Amino acid sequence: MADAEYPVGRRTALFEPRGRTAAVRDGLRGYLLIAGMWVRSTVVYRTSFVLMTLGNFAMTALDFAAVAIIFGHTRVLGGFTLTETAFLYGSSGVALGLADLAVGSMDGLGRRVRDGTMDTLLVRPVPVFAQAAADRFALRRLGRITQAAVVLGWSMTRLHVAWTAVNVLLVPVMLLSGAGIFAAVFTTGAAFQFWATDAAEVQNSFTYGGNALTQYPPTVFAKDLVRGATFVVPLAFVNWMPALHILGRDNPLRLPGWVDFCSPLVALAVCALAGLAWRAGLRSYRSTGS
Amino acid sequence: MDTLIQLDDVRKVFEVRRRAGLLRRERRTVRAVDGLDFEVAHGEMVGYIGPNGAGKSTTIKMLTGILVPSGGRLRVAGVDPSRERTRLARRIGVVFGQRTTLWWDLPLRDSYELVRRIYRIPDARYRANLDVCVELLDLTELLDVPVRQLSLGQRMRADIAAALLHDPEVLYLDEPTIGLDVVSKVKVREFLRQVNSERGTTVLLTTHDLTDIEQLCKRVMVIDHGQLVYDGGLDGLHAAGESERTLVVDFDRELPPVRITGARSVRTEGPRQWLAFPASTSAAPLVAELAARYPLVDLSVREPAIEDVIARMYGGRGAAALSRE
Repeated sequence: MADAEYPVGRRTALFEPRGRTAAVRDGLRGYLLIAGMWVRSTVVYRTSFVLMTLGNFAMTALDFAAVAIIFGHTRVLGGFTLTETAFLYGSSGVALGLADLAVGSMDGLGRRVRDGTMDTLLVRPVPVFAQAAADRFALRRLGRITQAAVVLGWSMTRLHVAWTAVNVLLVPVMLLSGAGIFAAVFTTGAAFQFWATDAAEVQNSFTYGGNALTQYPPTVFAKDLVRGATFVVPLAFVNWMPALHILGRDNPLRLPGWVDFCSPLVALAVCALAGLAWRAGLRSYRSTGS
Repeated sequence: MDTLIQLDDVRKVFEVRRRAGLLRRERRTVRAVDGLDFEVAHGEMVGYIGPNGAGKSTTIKMLTGILVPSGGRLRVAGVDPSRERTRLARRIGVVFGQRTTLWWDLPLRDSYELVRRIYRIPDARYRANLDVCVELLDLTELLDVPVRQLSLGQRMRADIAAALLHDPEVLYLDEPTIGLDVVSKVKVREFLRQVNSERGTTVLLTTHDLTDIEQLCKRVMVIDHGQLVYDGGLDGLHAAGESERTLVVDFDRELPPVRITGARSVRTEGPRQWLAFPASTSAAPLVAELAARYPLVDLSVREPAIEDVIARMYGGRGAAALSRE
């Protein structure tokens, strides 16, 4: 029977058969080429680009002003000092900023699905994920990263922490894992836009909302919220878990000490899940075309 | 025959969910493509026509690997497009009429540079191809202009060039002349004819304009309700549909409806008259006789609309199956 040729739910090859490594390399190369085109497109409007970057910086700076104001009224927040909170704020901000810079514009995918320009991505010899991730790549997002990095750097000079080798190493590991977790959330959100073209808002509540959550010490939130952020949508691993180790704090959920080092594994796991969601979304698009 | 594209009972079924009432949703399956069988040989130039919603775009999307067929067997250059989409992408060129792949804010040249790098086109090859496209499509002046400043016709020409830089074996064009001015249409057609005859690029184009077909394609395929209802020459299509072209003539004054052999008067409006004549015959003798006998000021020939030809051919759905024996 001819139908057996294309079972609808079956996995279709996303990459060239010559191997996944080649596909990843092609994807990265395509990503950089397309991102470069977007950068040049924005540089055409130089003034607008400078203003947007400054605006991005200023907006996030005001955001930290809110944290500073709270500490104008109290010395500690949930047992955390201003410097410690700044450490959380900065690490969460850098992680989100990196993810936002790399794949953040994927939330425009729904628009491409709606207006049909998604099809133009599917006929190019570059993995669609790389093209979608690089779509509308915006350097102005460096504004957020810069601001968060400044806060993070400032807090690190003032923290009373023993900077052992483990603690020093844990900082970049935390930032990269955090970026990975946020990137996974962005990707999952984009994948859902293949079905519901306006799913971006839900995803925003996990990315920007998750950022707002992990900027503050976990101790100020209800236990259930912290549990949810640990076991359901593992945003706690963006910075809380590793930062608690660096700051020498007890785990709010009394989890064993090794959990503090789990961020990279959690990041890998959620990225793998996001990859599956993306594949499922793309497969659905290719069987329905809308 | 050296086959490039091969379809064997290809089908595509969509499930459409429609709101029927406040909460209730109705599920309905739509057979967008319902058992397509055809082959296209290397170097052919084929017109693919049909009314809106007949399944043209769905076919193109399956041929390019965007959509996965629900059934049947489909091969392009020996490859299953939906399974090896990315690999096939290097060997095909696609132009979606109203969806440009060019970079809006950058000079046209930059878009071509990106194509060169993404498709890894060797330098010499790239320069040669670009030169040919630029010359034939009249793009010299446009290379350094940001794409957003191009007119629709210029952009379409630019898009077609972008689809050919990597030497595709087959070029799919979805409505390449829609919305274009006459000059651009002529240029686009001339270029496509040249690409087809000189490079041997296989071309499959969908269109609403029968003139495109008339001037470009020896072969035309008509799809209606997801099924192929005609596959052959354009004259055969006209003969089968007994379709008529219309000669619109302006006289220097109001005249009673003209009587002339080989045409019939269908409408009169002041000094302007509409004469219908069989699409399979030439307009030349008719024009000569009119000019000899009447004070002629101006005239134009109108092609029959594709929808009319198809409607007249089969009178709707039921008869569609007849042509598929």
